[in-house]
Amino acid sequence: MTEADPVNTFRLEARELLETLEQGLLDMDADPTNSEVIDAVFRALHTIKGSGAMFGFTAIAEFVHDFETAFDKVRKGLAEVSPDLIRIALAAKDHIALLLEEEDQDPRSGDGILTELSVLVATGTGVQGTVAVVIDKAVEPGAGAGDVTDWRIYFRLGQDALVFGANPLLLLRELQDLGACDVTVDIGAVPTLSSLDPEKSFLAWEVILRGCASREAIEDVFMFIRDDMELELAPLDQQVKGAEEAVDPAAQKTLALAPAEQLAKSDNRTAAGGGSSLRVPAERLDDLMDRVGELVIAQERLNQLAHASDDVNLKAVAEEMGRLSAGLRDTTMGIRMVQIGTLFGRFRRLVHDLSSELGKDIDFVTIGEDTELDKTMIEQLADPLVHLIRNAVDHGLESAEARREAGKPARGTVRLSAFYTGAEVAISVSDDGAGLDPARIRAKAEESGLLAPDAPIDENALLRMIFHPGFSTAKEITSLSGRGVGMDVVKRTIDGLRGAIDVSTVKGEGSTITLRLPLTLAIVDGMLIRVGKERYSIPLAAVEECVELPAAVAHGSKNRSFLNIRGSLVPYLRLRDLFGVEGPPDTHPKVVIVSSGDIRVGLVVDQILGNTQTVIKQLSKLHSEVKTFSGATILGDGTIALILDIMNLVDFGQKIDARDTKLGRAA
Amino acid sequence: MKTEVTFEGAMRSVTLQLEDELFAIEAESVREILDLMPITRVPNASSFAGGLVNVRGSVVPLVDFRIIFGMERRDLSMDTRVVVIEIDVDGDTLIAALLADKVHDVTDIESASIEAAPKVGMRWPAELIRGIGHYNDEFIVIPDMGRIFSTHGLSGQAHI
Repeated sequence: MTEADPVNTFRLEARELLETLEQGLLDMDADPTNSEVIDAVFRALHTIKGSGAMFGFTAIAEFVHDFETAFDKVRKGLAEVSPDLIRIALAAKDHIALLLEEEDQDPRSGDGILTELSVLVATGTGVQGTVAVVIDKAVEPGAGAGDVTDWRIYFRLGQDALVFGANPLLLLRELQDLGACDVTVDIGAVPTLSSLDPEKSFLAWEVILRGCASREAIEDVFMFIRDDMELELAPLDQQVKGAEEAVDPAAQKTLALAPAEQLAKSDNRTAAGGGSSLRVPAERLDDLMDRVGELVIAQERLNQLAHASDDVNLKAVAEEMGRLSAGLRDTTMGIRMVQIGTLFGRFRRLVHDLSSELGKDIDFVTIGEDTELDKTMIEQLADPLVHLIRNAVDHGLESAEARREAGKPARGTVRLSAFYTGAEVAISVSDDGAGLDPARIRAKAEESGLLAPDAPIDENALLRMIFHPGFSTAKEITSLSGRGVGMDVVKRTIDGLRGAIDVSTVKGEGSTITLRLPLTLAIVDGMLIRVGKERYSIPLAAVEECVELPAAVAHGSKNRSFLNIRGSLVPYLRLRDLFGVEGPPDTHPKVVIVSSGDIRVGLVVDQILGNTQTVIKQLSKLHSEVKTFSGATILGDGTIALILDIMNLVDFGQKIDARDTKLGRAA
Repeated sequence: MKTEVTFEGAMRSVTLQLEDELFAIEAESVREILDLMPITRVPNASSFAGGLVNVRGSVVPLVDFRIIFGMERRDLSMDTRVVVIEIDVDGDTLIAALLADKVHDVTDIESASIEAAPKVGMRWPAELIRGIGHYNDEFIVIPDMGRIFSTHGLSGQAHI
């Protein structure tokens, strides 16, 4: 194991904390009175400050210190949470992010933000000016206003604490800031000189803190080293106050409970640092996935051997191995899955900024944050979604006046949702704005020569025109959008992920753009089928059912391309024709009914061979034009089978369907 | 890319045969030479890269240079070999398996003996050839791998 660079670790954690900070600020915007949220924001700030100072990011530490000072007033209810405050606080957060990435920033560059911030919190309280802040500090009320008390604090740092950069002197000074302190050193644990390691810490301190510091303020002092130290914290006159304490359980805990409680709390605060989660480089996960992939192939081979053999023991082992490797596969995949909520969080800020920039009042609703996707996919989705959301806000939603005129609530809604459908994940961005205008798209398409005047085109194809590079129906170019670049990016990214895009719109009611992405990660369960002499794999999650191809259809006219599946019409494709397979078809072809979204298609195959674990290998660039396959897999006998791309096959089916309808009409 | 040939001293190359023509492929880009293995056809793919083969657990596209050099497709024989190459195409590494009727040997081709491909009088597209060298009193074709794969491999992006 290589030791991680602590500075990098700090950066990673700080980024996470900044995200928490941002989410917290946005939460505050939505619910200004929620003190839990304010506390969370404060804690994030404090942690950034402390660990920043510890790792030599002094610029950050100083900036955050001032930020924190200003914010402390909000926490104490001395300043009000206003949209302006949130705006500046977000700007301050951005500044910290900047400082974090580029260390050689002008140290004064953040002063403007800080001044604005301090003015705002000062004016927020009305009469109290900046001077009042200083006075506040001395007469600062405790957490639960009533419990003005003295504290006995006893702490002992971990032996390695000094090596890790903790400085007891600073801690003591911070305590002194909270009130008058009587400090006693406990040298009971110091070993004899011969066995004394000067780099280790053996001292303990007892501090009697007089004044009215809150328990939280004291705990905050020890925040960064809390995991690695002993800390006893109790009101001095605890016995006397014991009875009263029970009244306010939130502010006061009994001494016995406190340590456990604190531990739980600190776990929540720094999920990254806690023992319950572990940071692993992405490449290691990829390696693991590759190994599991190889295991699965080997296991498949073992299975075939066992199948052909009469040895009962071999069969038993093969079965056991099968179960184990399937379990290992699922666990490994689970590790790579990330909730899409991590991505959605970022867009709240985007919508918040857009909302103030464009002067549109927007409700941003997210649904299905717990939908899981492979981490690589999540990373690639960020850009397309930014474009889609911008479009929805900028072009989709009308101005408040226009909305009122149209009889809609002035506050627009942008909805971001994710859910599973079959073997896919659908992510959609919808707005309740004016909707896309087919006439305008048509006019624009004709103007830019994409569409011949009067050429017939169905609405779906017309709406898809918006994904052409350089296509924009926006009447004017704003700073946000209108250049027609965004949708092109969306299309290319989604194509790269072998996904599909649906556009639907109702004039006057809004539009929805849905990205459908394959769930297919590295390994899926597949159904192995045979067409002629060739074998193909169909992702099992997409398979709905298998039926016999009715003899009448099998030998009947080619014109009819529908099957009657329990009353509903399902178009079907003969894979034999589609793939140009030679030789006579089997006498009893089967139909595998697959689905993608709401659409079902039947695939006519010669034989269904059974289930198999499919390790997906990407096809090379040389085959990037072959859209009907999402990849290939190696079967137990070492041969390669192609994996059908259901989404594209279904699209293909739809096209045939449309063509047949047209032919039917013409006839 | 220029048509003049710029090899330092000699070009170490693997020589292989398609029909009755000799081809030289830079030895550095050759990963291994294998006996023919089962080929999986890719329906609707270009005939240049019409198949896939399993090379030690990875799925590798199988390409047939006969197609671009305008030769007849031929049935596979005992001598047929698969040359696995690793080349740089537009900044990405591409691993492909090359069908060869026969693989001869590894040899140095003197760069002095290499000439630019003549613009006329050839049955092959001149832009896909880096030069023509001499080998045992025979002409040997040095294909421009980068260009072959970037024009044949990536031009066929489907439109939707």
